[in-house]
This record gives sequence, structure tokens and C-alpha cells, in this order.
Amino acid sequence: MKCTYACQSAEHLLARRSFLGGMAAGVGAVVGGLGALARPALSDQLVKEQKRIIVVNMHGGLSQLESWDPKPGTDTGGPFRAIPTSVPGLQISELLPETAKVMHHLAVVRSINTAEGDHGKGAYMMLTGRRQTPAAEFPQIGAVAAKSLAADRAGLPGHIRITPGGGGGRGNDSAYLGPQFASVALDNGKAPANSARPANVSEQADGQRQDFRRKANDHFASKRRTAMTDAYTSNYEQGLQLMQQNHVFDLTKEPEKDHDRYGKHDFGRHCLLARRLVEHGIAFVQVSHSNYDTHNENFNFHFEQMGEFDKPFATLVTDLADRGLLKHTLIVVLSEFGRTPNINQYYGRDHWGNAWSVVLGGCRVQPGAVIGKTNANGTAVSDRQVDHANLFHTYLQATGVDSLGSFDIGGRQLPIADPASSPIKELLV
Amino acid sequence: MPTDPTKAHVASQWAHTSPLIACRFDPLNRFVFSTAEDNTIQRWKLDSGEKIAFTAHDSWVFALAVTANGETLLSAGGDGRLVWWPVATEKPEPIRKVEAHQGWIRAVTLSPDGSLIATVGNDQIVKVWSTADGTLVRQMSGHENQIYSALFHPTGQFLLSGDLLGIVCQWEVATGNLVRKFEAKELHSYNGGQGVHFGGVRSMAFNPQTQHFSCGGLYKSENPLGAVLEPLVNVYEWESQKLVQSQIAEGIKGPLWRIVNHPESYLIGACGGNSGGFLLFWRPDQNKEFHRFQLPNLVRDLDLSSDGIQIATIHFDKHLRITRLEAKAEAKT
Repeated sequence: MKCTYACQSAEHLLARRSFLGGMAAGVGAVVGGLGALARPALSDQLVKEQKRIIVVNMHGGLSQLESWDPKPGTDTGGPFRAIPTSVPGLQISELLPETAKVMHHLAVVRSINTAEGDHGKGAYMMLTGRRQTPAAEFPQIGAVAAKSLAADRAGLPGHIRITPGGGGGRGNDSAYLGPQFASVALDNGKAPANSARPANVSEQADGQRQDFRRKANDHFASKRRTAMTDAYTSNYEQGLQLMQQNHVFDLTKEPEKDHDRYGKHDFGRHCLLARRLVEHGIAFVQVSHSNYDTHNENFNFHFEQMGEFDKPFATLVTDLADRGLLKHTLIVVLSEFGRTPNINQYYGRDHWGNAWSVVLGGCRVQPGAVIGKTNANGTAVSDRQVDHANLFHTYLQATGVDSLGSFDIGGRQLPIADPASSPIKELLV
Repeated sequence: MPTDPTKAHVASQWAHTSPLIACRFDPLNRFVFSTAEDNTIQRWKLDSGEKIAFTAHDSWVFALAVTANGETLLSAGGDGRLVWWPVATEKPEPIRKVEAHQGWIRAVTLSPDGSLIATVGNDQIVKVWSTADGTLVRQMSGHENQIYSALFHPTGQFLLSGDLLGIVCQWEVATGNLVRKFEAKELHSYNGGQGVHFGGVRSMAFNPQTQHFSCGGLYKSENPLGAVLEPLVNVYEWESQKLVQSQIAEGIKGPLWRIVNHPESYLIGACGGNSGGFLLFWRPDQNKEFHRFQLPNLVRDLDLSSDGIQIATIHFDKHLRITRLEAKAEAKT
């Protein structure tokens, strides 16, 4: 697949390949569960509360200066102005007028220093909370959420990525948590690949086929039952349940007026689908908006991209709040890094991990909070520096997961988040 | 004496303290105006390079125009504000400020008789103003994306507005009616992988006989976010709208920020991108340039002096440069 990033980063080619698995392996592996969580009592409580996470991934590296930390009138500020928000004293870019109205539901962390300017490494850090090393692979936030927050929610996957297009099937993002917590990608918002009964197989024939499979399984299991055969059987049943709940992914069941409110472009549809999925109990949904890798004409492209992002995102936040879901749903807007304060010769901004921003809200996140500061022209963090590991802890703590705890994987205690780091406690209530 | 672009040379250059964005000559050739990323406008004396700042905008100033009598400067930019200035004053204060558009104004142009000003920008609306008193004469809607450029027909009867999608609307100035559209779609692309529209009609020009109408910008934008693209001018026969020439510059990467037609019937383009900064010169009947002049730094705008001999360019390296289209004067011995 052709890399869509301006800098032609090879990491994206590899990452995209992982999307291409099929539901043949996919639905069979869709199993939620909490058996391996080190503190099952807490897990049970979380499951009961049905906490959820929506991550909006601004692919390519959103400019903090054209979004959450504008610096108008400075040598790095660019041409866009800052506007007031629903939080007194908090200003964001004029490119986000609708989001400005809902900032009292959200919080901004303006003091991120990940010191990483590589797309692949930055994305890995922001989604796993760890720096990539050859020695170990770590699960992404979606896999951790699926394992920690999702009960066996009637066969639905706990970790979903809505991709802008060009990918379906399973990701390889669950590391040691196993494939059952790997993401299921919804290619441009479509239902999981191969999750509908083929048109040339009647319901009756399908039922007979499943009955035959069960009888064969039972016969085999009566003499040669193992944990592996149980897993296969369970996976097939889970896959079947997913097929029976295919309507969960059917956006046509949402009212037409909501399609209008969110906008009839891909990102609007994907935000509406995210709402639908969390309303149906999906633990983790990642929506992507692409692409912000604006080495060239940063201001034209941010005008275009932020213009598309603003209304659907604000509508999603509003709906989650109005429906009482924001108490149970963490929403995070992140990127792999920010963009350079320095404006290059092409009116572009380049990769910058040293002083940038993330927005989050819901669950235990303090509404309207502003954490940290950058200096006058945004070239450095000047107060309360945090990094990817702090944020990863914070996301989990916001949903009630003890990020300082461990997963019990085959008897090994594996820290859920970087044990050397900690959450941004003042951001949580 | 006719010009000779093949003898083009930088005759003078002056540095500001911030990268520059746009420039225009005073038609009386006393001054050049430039704008910068520090939100200011600079007036440079052509004979000495002496500089004065004009300050009234809260954003970058993308567009300048000077009335033919050399009395009034118009500026407009990212704050949506249109500002009238006295050109030659020693203590610049705005004559008038109008909150003209929602968001960026990208282009300002004056009617041939100087009585009307047209502005366009990100709100997709074309607005026509009275130069004399700043009142809104009329506004026209019809574009479906950001409008990048505007130009009056030399007769003053029509106004052209060109947008990001490569659409040029021809408006009747007296009524505001849409007469017809040019579709310069070669100047626009949509990159599905990056999810972005790119290109647009960055600049327009009529040839001296007004039988040809040119639209400048970029094409071959394989990687819009990474600045991989090439310059392109579409030349149309004005009456028939027939595309008569696609003018390119092989091997040069970068967009055309502005095109102007020289009275001696060649087109000049300011190209600034991956390959650096160039002035490109095309004959009307040729698709490849007859001369390219490389400037010391990436160029972002140009203007042609009323005497036809000087080109002002502004650059990322904070310099205003004056290029003369003639041989260098021989040094006195």
C-alpha cells in the first residue's frame, strides 16, 4: 500500500500491512475476557460500569499551534488567531470554533515532551505508553482496554479501529495479551470483513452447517478435548455471535438528522459510528483522521483538515455528554507528535515531539483543566512536563484501571503501564 | 529599450527581520511594499532601501494592491480585514479598516479605473467594494471551496475569481451575475491517501491583447504534504475558452505563486519550491519556458514595475530582491 505520509516513512508501510488480515482468522479470535487481569475484583467492577475509550488519532502529527496551543502574534504563531472557549481563560485555534464550545467537557495537556520525531516510533509510544525496544513488544491502549474493560460483551470485539480506508481484518497490536485483544479494523466504517452470511448460503443451510460443526466438535471433544480445541470452539461461537450482531456496525440505523449533524464525509460518519459502537458496549474505538504531516503548506492543509474535524468531533463530545455517556467514556485526541514551531520555507511545519498537546475528556478527567505550559513561542515546555508514559497511565486511571498493576500472563506479572512512570494525578478527579 | 529576460540580474536586495509573504510596486515606482510573517507591511524606498513598517493587521497579510495614481495602498490578510493606507506618508496610519470576510482574504485586486476593489478568500465569497468610501457594492457566491485569486478583465466589465478546485468564475461586474466558468482542473488534485485537496488557481493574468487568459499554479502533486509538485500555467483563448497552451518548466519542483504578463507579450512566473526560487519566462506559443532565472532563495511572490524593467520578489530568507530585465550596467573605470 502506498504510504500516505509526506515524509514517506517506512513504518507506515509495515503498520498498514498488519491491517490486512481477514475475518477468517479475525472473528475466530474475537474473545473478550478478564481472566488474566491481576485484580479480578476491580475488573468485575469496571466491567459492570462499562467504561469505554474513544481515541481520535490525528495521523501524521497534528500541529499544536493550529489546534490546542496557539501562539498568535509570535514568530512561530502563523496566520491563525486564537479564540475563546467555553472555559474562561482558555483559548484554542480559530480553526476549532465548534470544539471551542465544548471545551468545558474536555481538558488540554499542553506540556508533552516525547522527544521523538519519527512517525512509527512516536505512534508506538503514544499508543503503548512505552518506547519501542527490540527486547519487548507492548500492547496498544486498545488491547489493554479490551482486556481490562470489556466483559464478554455478547460476542462483540472490545478493540475496534475505524480506518479511513484500505484496511480490514485484524491488527497485530495486542502483543503478549494475545490475538483475542488485537484490533478489528472497520475498513472505512464498514462492518468487519466477512462478518455477514454469504448471500448464496440460506439461513437454513447456515444453521444446518453450524449444527454439523457443533456435532463434529462434540464428537471430537468427547475423546480428544484439549484447551486448544475449547479455544477453537469458543472462537467459532464468538464469531457466530458477531455475525448475528452485525447490525451494531450498520450506520444506516442511525437517524438521518444525525448523519447531517456529523457530516456526510468519512470522518463525520466515523465519529457517528464511534458513538454507535460505544453505545453498544464496545470498550475501545479508535477513529483516525488523516493526514496532518504538513511539511508543505501547513496552514492551508490545517484549515482543510481542522475544518473537517471540528464539527463532527464537537458533535460527538456533545452527544456523549448529553446522553450521559461521557461519565463512562474517555475521549482522547492524540497524534504521534506535534509540529515544529518553526515555519519552514514551504509554509510547512515539520516533526516535533518536544513541546506539544493532547486533548482528553470524560470519565475521571477534570473538565476544563489545562495541564502544563509551553513558552511564549511554543518552542519548549515551561511547566509540568509530561510524556507518553504519563499519558498512558492517565488514560487507564481515568477509566478506573489501576495502571500501576500488572497482567498475569502465564504466571508472569507484566506491568500494565511503564512502572517507572505515573499518571497526571492533578488531571483526574 | 526592450527588456531582455536572458540578462536578468538581481540589482538590489534588502533584508527584513521575518520571512516575507507578498509584494507589490507602487505604480509610480517610488516604493515597493512587502508583507511578512510578523503581521507587518513594509514600505521600501526603491532608490535607497529605506524601510517603514505599516501595522494594522492581526494576522499575516496575504494581499496588497496599490491604486494606479500611487495614492492608496490596500492590504488584506488572515484576519479578514481590508485596510486602506496612504502610500507616501511618513507616519503610516490606516485611512479605513473594514472587517471584510470571515477568515482569510487571499487576494485583493483593483478595477482598471481604480473605482472598485475585489476581495476573495476562505469564506468562498467574492466581494466588491468602493475604493472611495469602502462600502460593499455587491457580493457573489458560487464557489464551492476556498477562493485563491481574483482579477478584473482589462475592460473592467468582468471580474474573475479562481478557487482551490481549479474553477474560475467570470462575473459581470455591473450586475454580479455569473457569466461562465473556466475549468482549470489540471491545477487541482485530491490525494485520497492524505485526504487533502491541493493546488488551485494561484494566480491569473491576461496577455496585453486580452485574447489570452492564463491560470497559474501547480500540477503533478504526487505528495502534496511533502511539497512534491511542478509548476503549470493553463493558457485559454478568452472568447472560446479553448485551452491553447499548457506551460511547464521541466525539472523544477515548486508551485507558481504568481504570474504576470509583460507588455512585451511574455509571461513571467514566480516559482518557489523544492528546487529553490525561479523566475520563469514563457512565450505565448511555447509550452516550455524560454528562460529561467534562479534567485538566491525560495521565492513566494513577484510584481512587475510599471516601467516593465524591474521585478520585485520576496523570499523565505527575509529578503526583498529587485531583478532588472536587462544587462548589467558596465562598471565605470
